[in-house]
Amino acid sequence: MSENKEAVGSQRTLKLEYLTRVEGEGGLSLRLENGKVRDVKLNIFEPPRFFEAFLRGRHFQEVPDITARICGICPVAYQMSSVHALEAALGVQVDPAIRLLRRLLYCGEWIESHALHIYLLHAPDFLGYESGISMAGTYPQEVERGLRLKKIGNMLLELLGGRAIHPVSVCVGGFYKVPRRHQLLDLRSDLEWAIQAAKQTVAWVASFNFPDFSPRYEFVCLSHPDEYPMNEGEIVSSSGLKLDLPEYEHAFLEEHVAHSTALHSVRAAGGTSYFVGPLARINLCRDKLFPQARAAAESCGVSWPSHNPFVGIVARAIELLHACEEALSIIHAYQEPECSRTEFEVHKAEGCGATEAPRGLLFHRYRINEQGLIEFAKIVPPTSQNLRRMEDDLRLLLPPIVHDSDAAIARACENLVRSYDPCISCSTHFLQVKIARTGGTGH
Amino acid sequence: MPNGQKAKLAVFKFSSCDGCQLSLLSLEDELLALTQEVEIAYFLEARSQTEDGPYDVALVEGSITTSEDVERIHEVRRQSKYLITIGACATSGGIQALRNWKDVNDFVRMVYATPSYIDCLAESSPISAHVAVDLEIHGCPINKGQLLEVLTSLLLGRAPHLPAHSVCVECKRRGAVCVLVSRGVPCLGPLTRAGCGALCPAYQRGCYGCFGPMESPNPEALASMLKTDGMGQDRLVRLLRGFTGYAEAFRSASDKLEKSV
Repeated sequence: MSENKEAVGSQRTLKLEYLTRVEGEGGLSLRLENGKVRDVKLNIFEPPRFFEAFLRGRHFQEVPDITARICGICPVAYQMSSVHALEAALGVQVDPAIRLLRRLLYCGEWIESHALHIYLLHAPDFLGYESGISMAGTYPQEVERGLRLKKIGNMLLELLGGRAIHPVSVCVGGFYKVPRRHQLLDLRSDLEWAIQAAKQTVAWVASFNFPDFSPRYEFVCLSHPDEYPMNEGEIVSSSGLKLDLPEYEHAFLEEHVAHSTALHSVRAAGGTSYFVGPLARINLCRDKLFPQARAAAESCGVSWPSHNPFVGIVARAIELLHACEEALSIIHAYQEPECSRTEFEVHKAEGCGATEAPRGLLFHRYRINEQGLIEFAKIVPPTSQNLRRMEDDLRLLLPPIVHDSDAAIARACENLVRSYDPCISCSTHFLQVKIARTGGTGH
Repeated sequence: MPNGQKAKLAVFKFSSCDGCQLSLLSLEDELLALTQEVEIAYFLEARSQTEDGPYDVALVEGSITTSEDVERIHEVRRQSKYLITIGACATSGGIQALRNWKDVNDFVRMVYATPSYIDCLAESSPISAHVAVDLEIHGCPINKGQLLEVLTSLLLGRAPHLPAHSVCVECKRRGAVCVLVSRGVPCLGPLTRAGCGALCPAYQRGCYGCFGPMESPNPEALASMLKTDGMGQDRLVRLLRGFTGYAEAFRSASDKLEKSV
């Protein structure tokens, strides 16, 4: 975090060049006048990459490979939402074993992404370090545990997808190739270790001191009658919303604002912000957690539902444990399917799909022509759904600390934004903190 | 590297997905040992603390897509003794270079409700189009083993071993059955630089060119073979215009095919 101070007469601006320890790059500008918060803007200035535009004219079977490249941290999420949307469009039903393998692949990504965020990006905020690397000096066991957990997530991804970043095995209809049973069984002992390590993770992060900050949120996630939300389900919210996926675009709108190359999502009714991600999922669906994760959620000392965004790290740790348990259970039950992919007819079609990326709901809709070429694509990433909520949170966070030093304000804002695990490459795109003060409250 | 002092490493990002810089954090077994040898002086995704240049080694991810990027990459070059580009975006413009064949203003209108808010260049270009590059690590994403090899070789003061041959060689070594010959699956393996371990053929699908063109590829020969097998011109152009489609050999081949009708 570099600071660049300029003093102009009685006004003062402070510019923090980049928000760090987030994926992708973005900035934050704050305008303070006479000690009051006048304006809060999350500036997403990562250049647009135009995925929805250049997908047009590509073959539908190329879509999961292309959309994976939106995000190097959660490529599987993009692959999953793509294939579910395209299969819904084409009326494809996949083999139950394929469905489970997809969940297993997704568990790999949740383990990798959650371990990365908890140990290397977020925990340093609570323990007073500038990075996981510096934290390793005092907390070597914890950082090594985090790295091994992350590695086990990557091992799952590599076995099922060839590589951890941009796996190559996913296709519409199933997989190009499925693993042999003995290959999966080889991962059992690592996952057994990971379950214990994830339990220690929950206990560790639950012991952190959380700022006293609990806005009223509308939490939104997928919900499935029998499973913890991941690959499919209807959309539910803490305000009682219950929708089938095709109704998503009626209930949630994307707005384009001048300071961001990422679109902002809001609720259609009222234009209000909402909250997606691990905290939303734990608050709304913790009864579907695997047994040890559920027990950890109950005994960790947090009373659910929690409206404290900083507690997101505990929700993430519980999901880490859940993903390890579910992965082990899928591996135990796995029977190799006869065919790795379902055959189907290509026709003119339109459909949508949504899955739960590590950082929240990810919605896709596609229309294809008779040749199977994409005519229209729409992608709503989790971070663009959380952006408006983050701005609303910052407006609530700032008033009590508005007279603190610029560095302290910037740190508090960064910590809050980081608790959302924003993926700015996903949301299209970047964080820089700028504070403008007028009226003599500066330092 | 200077004797007795840790080498200063910086990681810079331009237009990209973050996957290649994540490869550095995905060296789970080597990361802490690496930080004993190398000082990670600037890496926004991993550290809040940053140090000013000059840097001994800069890893540059992403392609150049805005006028601000152009200024920034020149500054990165000035601050860096050894500049290494990592990944398909930085070495060839990336998947976002697909817009180079279209009117970017049309793309802006397709994605954004208020096009006047968006500022970007007409083309997505590789780093080497703007500044001198000392070494390129290819791949979408890069192979983290190659990244470790490059960093290790720099520390030891020797040349890194990076393959220039085709995916076909890796595929044979791996003992995979050729998907093109045995099943007629279109595969860019004969043209593509090795480095992934022939992943796609091993997963029973054709290579889609993540690592970009090998040294001296022959796209015309592959195109005529695929045409003989009944592949249409549109599909061939699409196959060549993927994650490294704007790399010279793939770009000229797809342009020629498009004009041939």
